[in-house]
Amino acid sequence: MSRFPADSVGLVSPQRHVFTEPLQLACGRSLPQYELVYETYGQLNASRSNAVLVCHALSGHHHAAGYHSEDDRKPGWWDACIGPGKPIDTERFFVVSLNNLGGCHGSTGPSSIDPETGKSYGGRFPMIVVEDWVNSQACLADHLGIDCWAAVVGGSLGGMQALQWAIAYPERLRHCVAIATASKLSAQNIAFNEVARQAIVSDPDFHEGDYAAFGVIPKRGLGLARMVGHITYLSDDAMGQKFGRELRSERLNYDIGSVEFQVESYLRYQGQEFSERFDANTYLLMTKALDYYDPARTHGDDLARALEPVSAGCLVISFSTDWRFAPARSRELANALMAARKDVSYVEVEADQGHDAFLLPIPRYVQALRSYMNRIEVDA
Amino acid sequence: MSLRADLQIIQKWIQPGSRVLDLGCGEGELLHYLQHNRQVRGYGLEIDPDNINACIARGVNVIDKNLDHGLDNFEDRSFDTVVMTQALQAVHYPDRILEDMLRIGREAILTFPNFGHWRCRLYLGTKGRMPVSEFMPYTWYNTPNIHFCTFKDFEKLCHERSVRILDRLVVDQTHRSSRLSAMWPNLLGEVAIYRVTR
Repeated sequence: MSRFPADSVGLVSPQRHVFTEPLQLACGRSLPQYELVYETYGQLNASRSNAVLVCHALSGHHHAAGYHSEDDRKPGWWDACIGPGKPIDTERFFVVSLNNLGGCHGSTGPSSIDPETGKSYGGRFPMIVVEDWVNSQACLADHLGIDCWAAVVGGSLGGMQALQWAIAYPERLRHCVAIATASKLSAQNIAFNEVARQAIVSDPDFHEGDYAAFGVIPKRGLGLARMVGHITYLSDDAMGQKFGRELRSERLNYDIGSVEFQVESYLRYQGQEFSERFDANTYLLMTKALDYYDPARTHGDDLARALEPVSAGCLVISFSTDWRFAPARSRELANALMAARKDVSYVEVEADQGHDAFLLPIPRYVQALRSYMNRIEVDA
Repeated sequence: MSLRADLQIIQKWIQPGSRVLDLGCGEGELLHYLQHNRQVRGYGLEIDPDNINACIARGVNVIDKNLDHGLDNFEDRSFDTVVMTQALQAVHYPDRILEDMLRIGREAILTFPNFGHWRCRLYLGTKGRMPVSEFMPYTWYNTPNIHFCTFKDFEKLCHERSVRILDRLVVDQTHRSSRLSAMWPNLLGEVAIYRVTR
């Protein structure tokens, strides 16, 4: 008898595939070969028409749902929405979730061994952008025998990938679900990423990305980067409700060093914990990929023109207090899709959790996603 | 599928294959019908979460949007017909909405209740209080209907703004028209369905 909830996909194990065809990258370089780690949930049907690709965000990975072991405390990062009877229903869909190139959870990335030198890539790993990820995901689809996804779904940076799929491979997906995302970052958003990057590169342990060779990791910088990011993922109200001005002890210490407010303690913990499980070079790469994405740039900054090739039906969802990927950005996307005469629905969910809302089981959000996914036709 | 009576009338005024924008589209009944029977493509704008979800569930393109925030996001002449049923009286600026509808679409179709109907007049005239009825169940302080008008009022606005009335159908609450209400629409008509253009 499994101890997992009935609506969980249960025990899952990652799979991996080595791609030996070189991947040409936007930066001009290419990866002669690479490996992708992925998980799948549910069964691919005979007509291979029920596959859904889930794209992860900045700090995400392939483990989106279920548990890796019987005593795993936490399920995958999007377990709220993936499973039997959940909005992305594994009774109907065959769900694929991968760790993107440049990641640090098993797919080829900066900490992988560079076949040319026999040492880890470190700072020499090529820059990977959203377009490259989508191209590599298309190779994964080929490997899995999936000609056309029923849907490509993603939140935040994952939403950019879903959108890029719709633009670059219109014949290879029927639906695109872009959640808490934008077709390009605002100056403020890029600015936050730059602060995060500067925190990492100015850490003395960074060694221009070659920290592995020195046997260290830029933990302080990466922790600081995460602290900045974390603030921007929460709303003012959410932080207020969670911590207020609550102190850890009754007395004030009147010094700089001690951790007095609960919010300080929380942020330090988040930074610390993240710096032990995430790779600094990956963080730099992912934030750059976010900054670079702007499909309208090559179309005279006209997003509607950039969306011309899209044939997928689109669902765009935003959250009212998300100031990192504000509703205004999602509205821009929905408006451009309408101007380009594409099928699109747009939902703006009242939620006080900020950007983090896209990972949480907020009833209206989950219901809209469920209704949309249920409409997608799949052969039995 | 049986279509709501007013929508039954409206769908006849919409050209097959045209592009339709439905302001306050409710559960998307009209667009759904037009999509499947008239090869129409379009979007519904809606603010109510349950209605939005109902649209998504039946495969109607719906945009979460408060009509009072304006329609600047739609380009001039980007639709053939802009429809608004039973919402004119509930928006902050009915005149601006009318202008926008005719900027965005070649034609607009509107329906709204007639405050000049004899029952309203009798209620106000005899009781001296704002009319409350089965079809207008709200009291003055909690009603979403903040801009009631009569057919005459609406037609005066159209005249002032050089809006041409192409069709007008005056019906009762069950959307039947009678010879009497055609003769004295502002007194006997309960709901009007207008097709207008510039």
